[in-house]
This record gives sequence, C-alpha cells and structure tokens, in this order.
Amino acid sequence: MHNLGVSRQGDLARSGLDDPGRDWRPAVGMDVLRRRARLLAELRAFMRERGILEVETPLLSRYPGCESDLYPVSAVATFGVRVERLYLQASPESAMKRLLAAGAGPIYQLSRAFRDRERGHRHLLEFTLLEWYRPGWDHFMLMSEIAQLLGRLGLQPAVALEYREAFRVHVGLDPFTATMEQLRTEALAAGLAEPSTDRPLLQDFLFSQRLAPRLGCQRPQFLYHYPTDRAPQARVRPGHSPVAERFELFIGGVEIANGYRELTDATELERRMRAALERCQKTGGIDLPLDTRLIAAVRHGLPDCAGVALGVDRLLMALAGARDVNAVAAFPWP
Amino acid sequence: MATYTTNEFKPGLKIVMDGDPWTILGNEFVKPGKGQAFNRVKLRNLRSGRVLDKTFRSGENVSAAEVVELEMQYLYSDGEFWHFMDVKTYDQHSADAAAMGSGAQWLKGQETCQVTLWNGAVFTVAPPNFVVLKVAEAAPGVRGDTATGGNKTVVLETGAKIQVPLFIKRNETVRVDTRSGEYIGREKD
Repeated sequence: MHNLGVSRQGDLARSGLDDPGRDWRPAVGMDVLRRRARLLAELRAFMRERGILEVETPLLSRYPGCESDLYPVSAVATFGVRVERLYLQASPESAMKRLLAAGAGPIYQLSRAFRDRERGHRHLLEFTLLEWYRPGWDHFMLMSEIAQLLGRLGLQPAVALEYREAFRVHVGLDPFTATMEQLRTEALAAGLAEPSTDRPLLQDFLFSQRLAPRLGCQRPQFLYHYPTDRAPQARVRPGHSPVAERFELFIGGVEIANGYRELTDATELERRMRAALERCQKTGGIDLPLDTRLIAAVRHGLPDCAGVALGVDRLLMALAGARDVNAVAAFPWP
Repeated sequence: MATYTTNEFKPGLKIVMDGDPWTILGNEFVKPGKGQAFNRVKLRNLRSGRVLDKTFRSGENVSAAEVVELEMQYLYSDGEFWHFMDVKTYDQHSADAAAMGSGAQWLKGQETCQVTLWNGAVFTVAPPNFVVLKVAEAAPGVRGDTATGGNKTVVLETGAKIQVPLFIKRNETVRVDTRSGEYIGREKD
C-alpha cells in the first residue's frame, strides 16, 4: 500500500528542478487527482442511470472539425507506403453525429480533445470533454438535464437567461439592433486595442470583456439563443431577429459547456463548414480539408436532437474552487 | 520595423502603441466558446508610468519598441541638454528636458543613471534612487519646534527644494530618495 502523502507530493513538485526536460513530477497533489477520478465516476454513473450509451470514437481523423477560430493539432501516420497527415480531434462531434445518423440513440463520450493556439488560465492544449446527444430532445430539455447533473454534483440550481437580455443588462446595448458605431465605441471604451468594423469580433470582445466574467457568479447560469454567426452547427430559429438554438453554461464567469439543437440540414451545414474553412485559411493561415463524411452522414439523416460538450477540467475547477485550469491537471502545459 | 504577434507576448516585452513605448506586465488568453480569441494585456507606459489594460485580437501584429536600458554617467548640462556617457562604450548621449522630467534636479555630475533609449534617442532618465547633496540654503530652525518633529524647506546644491527636519543647517549633507523626493537622513562627512 503506497501512501503518497498528498502535501508532500505537492511540495516535491517544483522543488529546485530548473531543467524542464527533467522535471518529471506532477504539478498537483494526489487529492486533486482523486477528486478528478470521483468526478469522472459520477459523470459515468449519471449517464448510465439515464440509459445513455458510452461510445468511443477515434481521436485521430483525416478531417478536423470545420469551425472558425478552431485550429487542430496534427499528427502523421503511415498507410502502406503513404505518409498521411491526421488531425487530433477538437471535439468528438463529427464521429458522434455519424453514430447518431446510423441510429445509435442517446450516446455520450468522455474523451480528450486538442486545440492548438489556445493556452491560458482556462485553456489547455489538451483537455477532457464530456459530450452527449439526445435524439428527439430540444435544447431546453437538454439544459434541464444538465441542471440535474449539476445538482447531483452538489452545485446550486441553475438559472437561464437569453443572450440578448444578458447583453442588454451587462453591455447596455441590444446585440441584434445596435449599430456598428455603437458597438465600436463601446468596445474601444472597454479596452479593445485596435478599432475594428468586424461586427462578430466586436460582439465577441464585448461578450468576453463585459458579459462572461459576470455570468454564473451566484449560481450556475445558462445563456441561450446566440447570434447566428457564432453557432457553427446549431439550428436557426427564424423570426424578426433570427437566433441560433445554442446555449452555454457559465459557473463563476467561466464557460463550462456549449450545446445546440443540432442542425440537420446537410446543405446548410456544408455551406457553414466551407465558410469556416475559408476563414481558417484567411485569418489563421491554415488549409484544412472539408469533413465530407459528416456532411454525408447528415444528408443520410441526422435525427432531430440536442447535443452538448462539457469541459470536464473547467467543471473540476468550479468544484475545487481553482482559478487556473492547470491546477486541476496532473501535468500542465506551459 | 520589427513586429511581435500576440503569441510572443510575455512580461517584459516592449511594444509601440499610440506612439509611445509600453512594457507588457501581464498577458491573459481569452476566448469565447465560439469565435475570436483575444489577448488581454496589462501594459505600463514607459514615459508616464501609467498602467492600463488593453485587449488585442489573437494573432494581431504589434510594432516592437526598440528600447534599450543602459547605465550611463551624467556629465554636465549646457542648459538645454543634459549629457551622458555610456560607461562601457564611452558613447555620449544627450537628453532634453522632456526626457529628464523631474530627475534633473538631483544631478550635479558623475552620478550613474538608468537611461532608456528608444530608437537610439534618450527617452527617459532615472537618477540614482538615493543621492547625497549639500544644503545650499537653509533658514535657521525655529527654537522649540523640534519636539513636534516640524519640517522646513531647504534648497540643495543642485537647486532642488526638499523638506528636512528643523535641525538641518546650511552646508550639511543630506541623503534624499529621488523617487519620492523625501529626506532620508543626515550624512556625516
């Protein structure tokens, strides 16, 4: 029986080893790792009780997720005499939708996801996602299931607010009707370094700067019905100001989960994915292939469903009261 | 002109913004669930010392500030410029009144100063943190006031005016903190 001595382990971590190549020790104590293990077990138990099937899909794929501002980590592998570039998944969305189209029913996956060019207090190069899909459900039903999951983990009952209303309250502008000039003036006042006339960018900035830090501070908070240009695979609810049937969950100012009532129109999906790839090329300088298998699967028939991806490391941060996502990972990324 | 991308941001990096050089104090990566990533940066203006937060679009290019900090010896002033010498290379540089700021009042010659060059020209001059100067003019202390710890204003040999305890007399030497302009103590010869 090993007694790893939680605090001793913590003290050892970082003691005087300056050479990063030789610093083999974990950055956190065993208590954090036990807490993570307990959370993973609770997430699986919740899914099992509800009859949601656990699935595993490949981390490596020929097709990265086709989404603006999402850059994949790539790998190489040999097929016979051919060397091919593969991509580590940014989320299991594509593979899981192919299972849904094949009639899998409600499914979930706990897996690692990889995103390049994202590193910080809330971003790891590699992290854990819990993603699940509910055929026949809409996004409101899924939000209430997530709220039940949070309750089971000992968190407060969640509240929900429309994106538009939250933007009005915290930024003082209506995101759907504000003029470019109003958004620009507000963004410059809030500290945006370079003036911009890119409306989605101004909204993203104001959202990150003024809105997000204030969400979910009392209790977990859902925000729903986002602008359509920031919801790659969500359905659009038509209306005077069309909105995406997308939601996010915030706890303590940190985004924990993102969900959609899934887009089932293959033609529209292909149009959005091509636009995203063009943007990755233009602003990110990277050429990525179109995920044709996902489009084929959706064309075959993706059932009307709602799906969500939940960041397990960030949920662990919220449960442990940590401020840095590296504080809940065994081995941090620099 | 050299540039940095936001990926290179780290504390100590010097950039140009709004025509001034700034040093980065802190850098935080921010990204909404879907959409544009940003770098929220804390910066200090190298001229005014003002600190503020600015947010850059991730991937944006920013001009690098060619800023060098050197130790230089103060030589003399001709009334318009203050002249310094790099103690390693013997190169001479001159600073105008704007670059000198309030630092000039503490210098009489020979002091080693922290000189910041921006694009090769003197941008700021920081005098030594402590200087020892002779009192040039001092009104006699008012008797009986010492118990209250009262102060008076004296003029130092460089022309600087500071507050000193009442017992300080003309021709004595005092130690001054140039950052606050405060009297630290009396120096014995």
